[in-house]
Amino acid sequence: MTADTAGGEALISARGLRKDYGSKPVIDLEALELRHGELLAVLGPNGAGKSTLLRLLSMLEKPTSGRVLYRGESGSGAEAKLRASSAVVFQRPHFWRDTVAYNIGLGLRLRGVRRGETDQRVRRVCDDLGISDLLLSNVVSLSGGEAQRVALARALVVEPDVLFLDEPTANLDSEARLDLRTDLENIARRRTSGVLLITHDRNEAFHLADRIAVLRDGRLVQVGSPADLYEDPADPYVARMTGAELTISGHVMAAEGRTLTVDADGVSLSVVGRVEVGEAVKVAYRPEDLILTPADGALEESSTRNLLSAEITQRKDLGGLVRLRLAGPPELVALVTRNAAEELGLDAGVHVRVRAKATALHAYPAAGGSAPSAAGPDDDGAAASD
Amino acid sequence: MDPLLEALRLITSGDVYVWDVIISSLRISGLALAVAILIGLPIGVGIGFSKFRSRGSLVAVINTGLALPPVVVGLAVFLLLSRRGPMGELDLLYTPLAMILAQAVIAGPYIAAVSLAAAETVPADVRLQARALGASRVQATLLQLREIRASLVAAVAAGFGAIISEVGAVMIVGGNILGETRVLTTAIVTETRRGNFEVAIAMGIVLMGLALYVNVLLLLLGRRSPRRPVPA
Repeated sequence: MTADTAGGEALISARGLRKDYGSKPVIDLEALELRHGELLAVLGPNGAGKSTLLRLLSMLEKPTSGRVLYRGESGSGAEAKLRASSAVVFQRPHFWRDTVAYNIGLGLRLRGVRRGETDQRVRRVCDDLGISDLLLSNVVSLSGGEAQRVALARALVVEPDVLFLDEPTANLDSEARLDLRTDLENIARRRTSGVLLITHDRNEAFHLADRIAVLRDGRLVQVGSPADLYEDPADPYVARMTGAELTISGHVMAAEGRTLTVDADGVSLSVVGRVEVGEAVKVAYRPEDLILTPADGALEESSTRNLLSAEITQRKDLGGLVRLRLAGPPELVALVTRNAAEELGLDAGVHVRVRAKATALHAYPAAGGSAPSAAGPDDDGAAASD
Repeated sequence: MDPLLEALRLITSGDVYVWDVIISSLRISGLALAVAILIGLPIGVGIGFSKFRSRGSLVAVINTGLALPPVVVGLAVFLLLSRRGPMGELDLLYTPLAMILAQAVIAGPYIAAVSLAAAETVPADVRLQARALGASRVQATLLQLREIRASLVAAVAAGFGAIISEVGAVMIVGGNILGETRVLTTAIVTETRRGNFEVAIAMGIVLMGLALYVNVLLLLLGRRSPRRPVPA
């Protein structure tokens, strides 16, 4: 199991955390920390237990076993402290039937802040988030984007030490999502000691987070910086999440340290990984790491270990990039710039040579860590490259 | 003289008998309503907000309470308080206290059932979100109740409507004693029998006016929302 305990002053830390619903564990993790000054994204598909994890880490729900600590303390004292100095923005924020001003000031009134000061702070945070014109509106008239801004204002007005965000952009259209993301980056991060962001959107996680904790079936698969996850994904699932393709399957024929020789449908490939000889593997690669040249062109000298022949079966234009499906064996997906595709005449029916470095191909045991079948609408190989 | 005009004269001139009965009615039903709120509201709201195993049967019991014929409630309270009944020693029969008890038993299920139905409409995560905003447990409950305040007012109005116009139970346990346990409904019965239609009509008008007034008042209270603007 992946654990996260190293370094940094921890705002929130979880130890041996487990939550069962019935007899089924929904969350089961060894350790996880939200460190001082960071934005930690918990990334996972729907049903991974993300929202449960948020409720546990924010001490809104008690774990079946294990502990959550706020600044090194646990128990009801820590819970009261965290309640007073944290705020949560929910995916579907609840607003009490009243004005926007009432709702934003609610947290302050609950903390016994005087009326004059409450009004002042509400106005200030609304100015900062550009929603001052909404103050006297009734909450029922808010659009989705406005509602999440109001929810963010309601959270920030209490000047929280820790900010918890539960899929805050999930219900927004793409424009409102980008706007809110900008606010999260520019305002929310600067005014808090740490932010825990729950999301299923890998672009959002890679865009905003200092570290990402990948959660699947209630367990941590990998915790690390976006670069860590990108360069050395722990399993095919994380690889897929960072934009890798998994179209190659085969068996390990030989191993020399980390370098393996894999037989994939009769084609021999040099790949990296830690898999025993004879085992079945899946090979992950980023489509942009494949280098394509027309089959009739001159073969340049190259140090790349893998040279394959393939035919382009499908071309899909994605704006500045072009995604190509290649019939192998093995089947491949490649991503090239539009300019390169035009220059080399890469189109359906064209035969090409495909080169790939051994280090661009990561082998994983085929049995463990099944890959997600679909990683969402943004799943077009452009992940983490924006 | 037109009995209707005479009735209006009785009300406006401050007739001692008529006003004595009005005040008795308000005092008895008001106190009964207070008791019913104190017991019915927490039960209704408590069950409405929570989930537990035998919840369904409790809801059924409360809804059955709605269908209790007031005259049967009166009979039960009578047997309870009668000299040979389990609470006979208290000597409460034919006192306002007996009427308050009977009316509270009638109004309680109304208040519990309506507030229960209202509480069920509050989404489960409202409490969680209130807690996340920093609310204490008590504050979180108040914030949950705030979402259904109009319905809670309606619950109280329903309870009041059920007892102010009720005649069977108060007649049985109160005995319609002049100056003590005579209330608007029992007075109407008595005066109609005696042929004093002006007095009966006067009390009928007051009864209807009272029911209307209280309901309008409660509705306005429920609608009121503190829209305190933030000065710019």
